[in-house]
Amino acid sequence: MKPLRIEGLTKEFRLGLGRQRVVALDRLDLEVEPGEIFGFLGHNGAGKTTTIKLLLGLLAPTAGRAWILDRPIQDVAVKQHVGFLPESPYFYEYLTAAEFLTFYGQLFGLSRQALAKKIDDLLTMVSLADARHLPLRKFSKGMLQRIGLAQALVNDPQVVILDEPMSGLDPIGRRDVRDIILRLKDEGKTIFFSTHILPDVEMICDRVGILVKGQLRAVGAVHELVGAATVTSVEILVERLAEAGAREVEQLGGTVVRRGNQVLIKLDDEHKTDQVVDLIRRHAGRLVSLVPHKRSLEDLFLKEVGVRHA
Amino acid sequence: MNRITVIALNTFRETLRDKILYNLVFFGLLLISSAILLSTLTIGEQAKIIQDIGLASINVFGVIIAIFVGIGLVSKEIEKRTIFTIIAKPVPRYVFLLGKYSGLALTLLVNVGIMAAGFFLTVLVSKAGVDLALVKAVGLIFMELLVITAVAVMFSTFTTPTLSATFTLAIYVIGHLTDDLRTLGAKLGESLTKVILDVLYYSLPNLDYFNVKGQAVHGLPIEPSYLVSAATYGIAYTTILLILACLIFQRRDFK
Repeated sequence: MKPLRIEGLTKEFRLGLGRQRVVALDRLDLEVEPGEIFGFLGHNGAGKTTTIKLLLGLLAPTAGRAWILDRPIQDVAVKQHVGFLPESPYFYEYLTAAEFLTFYGQLFGLSRQALAKKIDDLLTMVSLADARHLPLRKFSKGMLQRIGLAQALVNDPQVVILDEPMSGLDPIGRRDVRDIILRLKDEGKTIFFSTHILPDVEMICDRVGILVKGQLRAVGAVHELVGAATVTSVEILVERLAEAGAREVEQLGGTVVRRGNQVLIKLDDEHKTDQVVDLIRRHAGRLVSLVPHKRSLEDLFLKEVGVRHA
Repeated sequence: MNRITVIALNTFRETLRDKILYNLVFFGLLLISSAILLSTLTIGEQAKIIQDIGLASINVFGVIIAIFVGIGLVSKEIEKRTIFTIIAKPVPRYVFLLGKYSGLALTLLVNVGIMAAGFFLTVLVSKAGVDLALVKAVGLIFMELLVITAVAVMFSTFTTPTLSATFTLAIYVIGHLTDDLRTLGAKLGESLTKVILDVLYYSLPNLDYFNVKGQAVHGLPIEPSYLVSAATYGIAYTTILLILACLIFQRRDFK
């Protein structure tokens, strides 16, 4: 059973008086495997939110079909097993945290008794146990994001769909959200989330899809896409390297930059790393650091986006 | 708990925590009780003045609450995007809409109840004498509010809050003048304009049907059969509006 299957999903909007056609999502095909964290990448306006809204029935597709847990998305009942956090969530600000979660739980048909325990656990999980009786209008942005996550989990969903869960959060807030997502994976849930914050994706996603102007440009495991072994360059920082040594490095094809008594060596060919390190030792230089630069998801992302824009 | 009830109770709670509502009810009560002062300016007709002003206040403030709180409830959900999380739950769209409507109806019932209590208290204090006809008049005012709320909810499923308010207010005003539409049409003889006026007459709500304030104040009889037919008309009209609202809402994209 696939948690998420999308076939040829397309959404066109008609804008303005001229009813000009704008294709927000163009024949998207995608499958998400059980228990994985899938990162849906794209710049603003790429169609990430449109995809998510189509999946949840907030928009009707122009063409194409999609299934959640093997049931067509038009089937309202399938949402019983789905959790959703919208982008920059807006909630009923007149409710307290506990009332808010109770309300959403009741929409899933859960009883107040069943919810009482669940809400305690959720509030603890998102570190809002102290804010239980605080109305949401007094919440900070980070707190709103966390209560939003709690809301998405109130039904113990099998599939969790998060739209930009880390946007607008400070580093600590982002780490908290990352930890929660990883915990959900441990519980066997499937997580599909959109983002444009790449380090988060590299850190936690099993697979990613890159969406550019409504089209899926690349999809696969992060290491496959980035190429695990591809080191594009190496930077070596050395102290007390004699002039003779520096010249030898340059002969090997390295670039040398002097900064006081430190020397920064940049190698475009990683296979020469050992030779350079030997050379440094021979000249009694002290190795301060050695940093291999891999091709990052960011490079890939910029390349994909750049290709389209060019 | 049934999902319509869950949404209705949440809506009711929302309105209870809205300060605008208290202001409106407060001014409604103030106006109702001020009738005592106004009535001292007249000779002989004090009771009628008090009853007249009281019923009119309940009606006007009820309409204001129905339109402004009512429209806020659905369009605000869309504008503030709180609706996203609701539609993403196993809640069919019509359930959301009917829940909102029921919650608002409950709010109106409580508000009209409070204003009516203030009204009857004022009448008792001024020793004008409470007549059953006054209760009937308040009942029909509530029926009118149910129709107006359905109009407001219907408009707010597809347009902005400001336009919804304007349209609903327009329907409210025209709704009290539909008899004139027919009279005008009859005077024009057979013509396209007459057909248009007739169509308008039959499609727009005839809100004057719910207005028995004059009869109640002047002690004219209000037959039970009239109440039944007015209530039937109101419920039928509301049902049609809500079905229409659900159909529009079902097709709506939430961008």
